[in-house]
Amino acid sequence: MKLRVLYFAWLRERIGEPREMVETEAETVADLVEELRAREERYALAFSDLASVRVALDQELADFDASLAGVREIAFFPPMTGG
Amino acid sequence: MAVRVQSEAFEYGAECAGFAASVTDAGAVVTFAGIVRDDGGQLREMEIEHYPGMTERALEAIEAEARARWQLSDALIIHRFGPLSPGEIIMMVATAARHRADAFAAAEFLMDFLKSRAPFWKKETTARGSTGWVAAKDEDEAALRRW
Repeated sequence: MKLRVLYFAWLRERIGEPREMVETEAETVADLVEELRAREERYALAFSDLASVRVALDQELADFDASLAGVREIAFFPPMTGG
Repeated sequence: MAVRVQSEAFEYGAECAGFAASVTDAGAVVTFAGIVRDDGGQLREMEIEHYPGMTERALEAIEAEARARWQLSDALIIHRFGPLSPGEIIMMVATAARHRADAFAAAEFLMDFLKSRAPFWKKETTARGSTGWVAAKDEDEAALRRW
């Protein structure tokens, strides 16, 4: 499947781009993160501490064990600081 | 009920007055503004990044949750993004209810949730030119548990 992957804040800076299309067979968010980590050093660096990474599937907050079935857009970002 | 996410500055006084004038069945209006804080004159700029689309959805969901919990006549959330200078207004919330307890509680609830559950991130540039992302605070996450 083809996923639109978005990165925000320091994840965007570490990876070096705000978005990309990713072809993957990953079943869960955690599987996708493992695939990305294995790709290049910049991904390994961005995803080195998952405790400080949040994820949204089709613009809804989700967990790392969430399924990617039917998902079109996934976003990775640090804990939010609104207000 | 309205949610606005925008880069442009807004007139806080005019927004508050307009909001208060538009509610007819309320006896209480509470308003809050968040301002770019410059601790010790060290800040040059604060850049607010957001996730277009999800931001609006998240704020609308938080507002809907507030409406479900309290008897609100109306609510308004305005949040800016982009580069901001110290002293500029980042965001505001306004709530209107028949009685003040609901308006105060709903305003605090909106603030607590939009701090930790709306996709905004703040990057500070100091007067010396160094930059850093503002880290989320544990107490902001803890504040959600009281609701």
